[in-house]
Amino acid sequence: MGYDLKMRIWRGDQSGGDLEDHTVEVSEGEVVLDALHRVQATQAGDLAIRWNCKAGKCGSCSAEINGKPRLLCMTRLSDFDTSETITVTPMRTFPVIRDLVTDVSFNYEKAKELPSFAPPPRDADNKRRMQQIDVERGQEFRKCIECFLCQNTCHVVRDHEENKPAFAGPRFFLRYAELDMHPLDTHDRRELAQGAAGLGMCNITKCCTEVCPEGIRITDNAIIPMKERVVDRKYDPLLTIGNLIGLRNKDTEGRREV
Amino acid sequence: MASTETRQATRETAQAGVNGPTRARIGVKTLRTDRWWLYPLATFAVFSAFVAYATFRAVWGHDYFAEPYLSPFYSPCLTDSCVKGSSDFGQPFSWWGLSPALIILIFPLGFRMSCYYYRKAYYRSFWLSPPACAVAEPHARYTGETRFPLIFQNVHRWFWYAAVVVSLILTYDVVLAFGPAEGESSGIHMGLGTLLMLINVVFIWAYTLGCHSCRHIMGGRLRHFSKHPIRYKAWTLASKLNARHANYAWYSLFSIAIVDVYIFLLAANVFNDPRFF
Repeated sequence: MGYDLKMRIWRGDQSGGDLEDHTVEVSEGEVVLDALHRVQATQAGDLAIRWNCKAGKCGSCSAEINGKPRLLCMTRLSDFDTSETITVTPMRTFPVIRDLVTDVSFNYEKAKELPSFAPPPRDADNKRRMQQIDVERGQEFRKCIECFLCQNTCHVVRDHEENKPAFAGPRFFLRYAELDMHPLDTHDRRELAQGAAGLGMCNITKCCTEVCPEGIRITDNAIIPMKERVVDRKYDPLLTIGNLIGLRNKDTEGRREV
Repeated sequence: MASTETRQATRETAQAGVNGPTRARIGVKTLRTDRWWLYPLATFAVFSAFVAYATFRAVWGHDYFAEPYLSPFYSPCLTDSCVKGSSDFGQPFSWWGLSPALIILIFPLGFRMSCYYYRKAYYRSFWLSPPACAVAEPHARYTGETRFPLIFQNVHRWFWYAAVVVSLILTYDVVLAFGPAEGESSGIHMGLGTLLMLINVVFIWAYTLGCHSCRHIMGGRLRHFSKHPIRYKAWTLASKLNARHANYAWYSLFSIAIVDVYIFLLAANVFNDPRFF
């Protein structure tokens, strides 16, 4: 059973733009991306949308729906009242290219700044070994689809363009945490996380967690543990004294600060 | 001149945020249509009310002990102004001239002020940084927790150590609350106050042991869970509590206030404690 959906879609580029009204016929069970595609097919052939898998796994169709950062393909129309007007805008943290498409290269620049996984030499039989329980710990972090909704929502860069050079953002704190918890990684990234990546800029207001379409508990399981690891290194006199008198935590032996 | 222009440009960029020159020109702070303001408003109202009440009770210095109940705001009572029977750990701060609560409240206060959940709550509701997700904040500059005074949030685990001691003392108070009220025979007794104190201490332990720092100390800091099975188990338990840390933060805040109000009313002879046995 179809109905007419009222939509407002932001159209424009860096020189300016506006919210454009459209009414489009939709069906029950459709998602916002379907409605946008029908607008594109029937009313606005030049509407720019980035999309790919339509299954919430490629992370391409990130946008803001009624002001909330969401994936267009995972937002069901049935979540809204049929009389409600749905407003769709591009992500508001990144430079807009056209219509709903933004330039997310900020994130790729930040990814380059993060030293990659550095495993130790292989065992004598040319293998590396990890226990299953240690493998499982990082699985949550690997669910990240790099939609960058967390980066878009984080007020540190969303509301303060000037913070972009000094702040890596939640997606990369997730990666810092994943590597720092990895039993085989030989890098100690705590100094880097606090310094170059700007971990201290995060005031843990948990918006990244709220918008994550994969349900990753970014703040509780990555950012806060990473902050606690920085405290271990720098703000915990008990651990400092322990290191000085030789009560070193054997668990982090073999790591080199980067 | 050039530096003035640079400063001006920096200020304009800083103030631009979501309305910056490269961003989609939408022109409003948010397009959210839901009641995003409800959480910060409710948090602001409840926290303000609690702080006002706790300040009044802590400074007042009266009606905090109704045998065998001692208010959590005054436990342990360590000065010579403590009423008879309320000092279970002696009176080492006999020189202290102000309310005895002011000596010890710094520990639970510091623990909650630096708590990762409360930080979220008050940064959003009191400092509007941000007021809600995808709602622009009003501040022109933002440095987070990188400099004084907010860099001191990193001392949270030190307050956690103190909070464990406070929780142990409050547990001891619950044991004492099973003692006789005035006029009762010696032995084990129980009243509504005992039950409220018991519930309170359960919430306080759930909050304290679910703390993010506790979770880290138990096992979160490890790289190899497989080599530390006991710490892994402790981490797992702390993680379960941690998942509901915000709930326990609220429950324990209310339970502390309720227990204090109850003991306040008993001490002021407003009504008598219903005794179960």
